[in-house]
Amino acid sequence: MAMRDTIIEMMTNIAQQQRKPLAPLQDDLNLLSSGLDSLCIAILVAELDEEFGIDPLSSTDDHNLPVTVGDFIRLYENAMQ
Amino acid sequence: MPCNNRETFLEKIRARTTPDKARFISDSDHSFSLSMLNVVNRLYKGPTEYSGRNVMIRTHGQFATALAALALDGVARRILLCPADIPDAQIPRLMQDGEAELILTDADIDVKIGIAIEVDIVALPRFDTEWVLFTSGTSGLPKLVLHSFASLTGPLGDGLSPDQPVWGTFYDIRRYGGLQILLRALTGAGSMVLSRTDEKIHDFITRLGNMGVTHISGTPSHWRRVLMSGVAEKMNPSYIRLSGEMAGQDILDCLHSAYPQAKIGHAYASTEAGVAFSVDDGQAGFPQSVPNAVAPRPNIRIVDGTLRVRSSAMASRYLGATAPTLVDADGYVDTGDIVEQRGDRYIFIGRREGVVNVGGLKVHPEEVEATINLHPAVAMSRVWGQPSPITGALIAADVVLTPKIDGIERDFSDIRQQIIAACRTALAPHKVPVRLIEVSEIPVMTSGKIERHHA
Repeated sequence: MAMRDTIIEMMTNIAQQQRKPLAPLQDDLNLLSSGLDSLCIAILVAELDEEFGIDPLSSTDDHNLPVTVGDFIRLYENAMQ
Repeated sequence: MPCNNRETFLEKIRARTTPDKARFISDSDHSFSLSMLNVVNRLYKGPTEYSGRNVMIRTHGQFATALAALALDGVARRILLCPADIPDAQIPRLMQDGEAELILTDADIDVKIGIAIEVDIVALPRFDTEWVLFTSGTSGLPKLVLHSFASLTGPLGDGLSPDQPVWGTFYDIRRYGGLQILLRALTGAGSMVLSRTDEKIHDFITRLGNMGVTHISGTPSHWRRVLMSGVAEKMNPSYIRLSGEMAGQDILDCLHSAYPQAKIGHAYASTEAGVAFSVDDGQAGFPQSVPNAVAPRPNIRIVDGTLRVRSSAMASRYLGATAPTLVDADGYVDTGDIVEQRGDRYIFIGRREGVVNVGGLKVHPEEVEATINLHPAVAMSRVWGQPSPITGALIAADVVLTPKIDGIERDFSDIRQQIIAACRTALAPHKVPVRLIEVSEIPVMTSGKIERHHA
């Protein structure tokens, strides 16, 4: 499965588990407007680290945090390369 | 200061020992009849060497420490009970803080059966010997806690001394919890079974059973190990005591089912606060009526959710030039244990210094562990903070499963899902573990407490 699809699926599952209504996930959607709170995003980051062994938010020197869903997906796509 | 009016521990033992009662103190290598016990003439250098001095007892095993301490009570000015796991490098500093003048080691005492040495017993001044215990710190230097004969024997008059009990403990007698049991056994009418250094838990349990142990104490972590040992049924105690860590409902229930005939009590005690109270109704936490108990029972207060205790059993102070103060302005020890009122009981939630911060919200590992431990396949768990770039930390847990029944394989992923579902029902979202790791063992420190690494 492509990284993009994995992330979208994880976001959907986490929102369901945490009982958060999720906005339609589009690239230009602000992460913080998606319905996911910081606990959900922290869980997402932890799950991605466990699945792929990467944690670009902790390891990057670049402090530009992803703002949109698209930023977030690209950060992980780049980290996998 | 010399003082002639208090009985020594040895005199208390002798006063309760008659030749017709077979009382003993033993480990796996030694067993002494208490009616024959003469410990002063086991000191190679004789008691005069230690008279009026501050002596650190540092032996390999508990048995030698027990004999040495009984020999020196009333003789030395101060006894410092050094646990076996204190590294050499810390000794000079601890001697300085504890004002110890000399060390008594295995080379200074004869623990062999039969009396090997003749010494001239001269009349020595009698001291109200001070007793110094080491706290079980997770890191750095232990703190030295000053107790007296009066504070150590304060909790012993609670009626928990039936006729000729045989006591055992999973604690080391060089820790507060173990020393209490040793003194309780010996100054009561009882006997004492000690573990030997490096003795495997199933060997110790088997031996406790063979020696007919009736009363036995340990931390909840000790007891989880007993239940996981596969030989729990080799002993048949009539009284089980838990202390040193919060006793969750799961461990109380598991012990009741493993030892249905035993009375099970959990005591609230710490090296600093002494034994504050014990609870015998089989329920976790303690009834609301306890905090209002009046003297001479301990005074208990809850300040900012934290338990504070004042009693005659508490220590008088920490030793050392840089030592913190032990009590607040009103003479209470701040235990650092967080309690919460639920109905008519107070329930222990966790330790103040062990809090994990998840995005600004506090999580007590013990509270999450209590929920995880309710799963029937879980023998033991340890919750910790996994670093997160988003929330600072997330909750993770190590889980030890109960021994397999008939070798049937279990699927940890099923168990994981059930645990997570239970946590989601019982706990706030930020307290639910995001990671559960199956491990074969969770390290328990020599103090009997789960080893935790505080950030």
